[in-house]
Amino acid sequence: MDDNVVIRTTARVLMPFMMVFGLYVIFHGEGGPGGGFQGGVILASAFVLYTLVHGIQASTAIVPKRTTDVLAAAGVLLYAGVGVWCLVRGGNFLDYYALMHAPHDPGAAQALGMTLVELGVGMTVAAVMITLFREFAES
Amino acid sequence: MIAPHLPALIVVVPLVAGLVALFLGRGHLPWLLTLLVTWAVFALSATLLGRVLVAGAPPVEYAMGSWPAPWGIVYRVDAVNAFVLTIVSGIAAVCAVFARLSVAAEIPAERWRFFYSAWLLCLTGLLGITITGDAFNLYVLLEIASLSTYTLVALGVQKDRRALTAAFRYLILGTVGATFLLLGIGHLYMKTGTLNMVDLADRLAGLQSDRVVLTAFALIVTGLGLKVALFPLHMWLPNAYTYAPSVVTAFLAATATKVGAYMTFRFLFTVFGLRVTFDFLSADVFLIGFSCLAILVASVLAIRQNNIKRLLAYSSVAQIGYIMLGLGLHNHASVTGAVVHVFNHAVMKGGLFLALGAVVYRLGGATIGELRGLGRRMPLTAAAIVVGGMGLVGVPATAGFISKWYLVAGCLHGDAWPLAVVILVGSILALLYVWRVVEALYFAVPENPSLPVREAPLALLVPTWVLIGASLYFGLHATFTVATAKAAAVALGVGE
Repeated sequence: MDDNVVIRTTARVLMPFMMVFGLYVIFHGEGGPGGGFQGGVILASAFVLYTLVHGIQASTAIVPKRTTDVLAAAGVLLYAGVGVWCLVRGGNFLDYYALMHAPHDPGAAQALGMTLVELGVGMTVAAVMITLFREFAES
Repeated sequence: MIAPHLPALIVVVPLVAGLVALFLGRGHLPWLLTLLVTWAVFALSATLLGRVLVAGAPPVEYAMGSWPAPWGIVYRVDAVNAFVLTIVSGIAAVCAVFARLSVAAEIPAERWRFFYSAWLLCLTGLLGITITGDAFNLYVLLEIASLSTYTLVALGVQKDRRALTAAFRYLILGTVGATFLLLGIGHLYMKTGTLNMVDLADRLAGLQSDRVVLTAFALIVTGLGLKVALFPLHMWLPNAYTYAPSVVTAFLAATATKVGAYMTFRFLFTVFGLRVTFDFLSADVFLIGFSCLAILVASVLAIRQNNIKRLLAYSSVAQIGYIMLGLGLHNHASVTGAVVHVFNHAVMKGGLFLALGAVVYRLGGATIGELRGLGRRMPLTAAAIVVGGMGLVGVPATAGFISKWYLVAGCLHGDAWPLAVVILVGSILALLYVWRVVEALYFAVPENPSLPVREAPLALLVPTWVLIGASLYFGLHATFTVATAKAAAVALGVGE
């Protein structure tokens, strides 16, 4: 589909909006509908669109296999890392209240914890979605 | 500061290590990390077991994220799961020692880090299932354990391409099983509005004739049956064990089905409760029936196998039958027997599969033909196989005898002497399949006498003999294992 100017232009216009919307859904998760899973899939769908239009070689040139592997593991590590950080600061595992020392609003600590955790989930889900799509596209 | 967080660390440490292992390159570093982490987790589990076994100590509870019990996810450790945690982490630690050489011989170097990552994630899942007190959390961790197990089995592809079909079959049947379990948990949640196991048990009391609860019971028991490989839902097991890398077979045979047995105990005894499961639904009838079939049919099938890994895999199906038989009889002696058999079988079968791993390391395979005359050429490995085999038969002074003693006592206590006969017949059948191996080892001429075969290296022999030695030690000094199993039986609600 690389030679079709309409499809190429549409994809180019859509991609940034898809990515921003994906990030919005990820970071909106702690206060409204959304979160890492949904946002991660939306983020990955931008790359799926790019792969459909430009082919798999062009897609791996932008996001190499190594990057998705690292992102997938790093996302879970971020999640677990937040939990361990809570432990280090004297709370239970994943007790977000331990993240901040006497915040003016106790909800702020929860929001911080959730945002970080959702970012981790989003990273992993996006990376795994891209990997899955490529594995099927290659075979 | 570690002490209050023990339950969380047991799951978090291998989880983090499993991800870090991916970044450690292509050398032996991922293995080193695995070794350190498994032994650390073993130490943590043993400490926890020590704390729970103090007479009159309440179960250790840990609230994830400090959200209190019925709402948040709570880890709850009593004598039953502390014992299973120690078994799983102990076997993982011993297998990790064995893994370096065995994995190097069977898996290409560029996949080592993926192997150890999957290994640690599988351990995370198994420990998590065992420690959690939340039904849905159990399902999530079950999926972590299962998905990494499919990967581990499929990594046997380098030695034998049939590992792929075995892993795929396991994936399909394992997913079916997990889905049944999830549907069952969903039904329970729909009816009670809670996922905490203790809370579930409270709310389910008195709901036994409710159709939603009955459906949940049927779904959960079917799902668990697939996961423990209770005959006739065992079809995935023989191939998965045969074609997986040797050290994976040892680890899975010793831990995965044991954790399945633990889940069955937990759901039937704690969540649904003895009264619903046995008095109202008479689940013992089909549990005992299928267990007897497992013992007899799987043992007969084992006798006919030529690949020894496959022979031991069928033997595992039979041994699961013994555990489920003890569970089905639900009296103090039989449950003690079942729990102690979880330990004894883990040690014996783990040791046996490690010994076979040493044979595969030297000879490249483990068929009856390859074992011929090995008694003289690999004396220590062959002796390990014989001692482990004697344990499977239940010869006195081996751990297998202790479990069968309590199981037979349980049968007689429940006025079910025909079941005692089934156990004895099962032991005779075990003698037949073990004898075939012994005969090949000591009384047959090697197929290819000119082929130079040396004894396995120490790095493989030591872990093998640690497990085989443990099966002898706990056959002679069963005080600790039996006392723990008795405490577990009491924690499950079947006192003396």
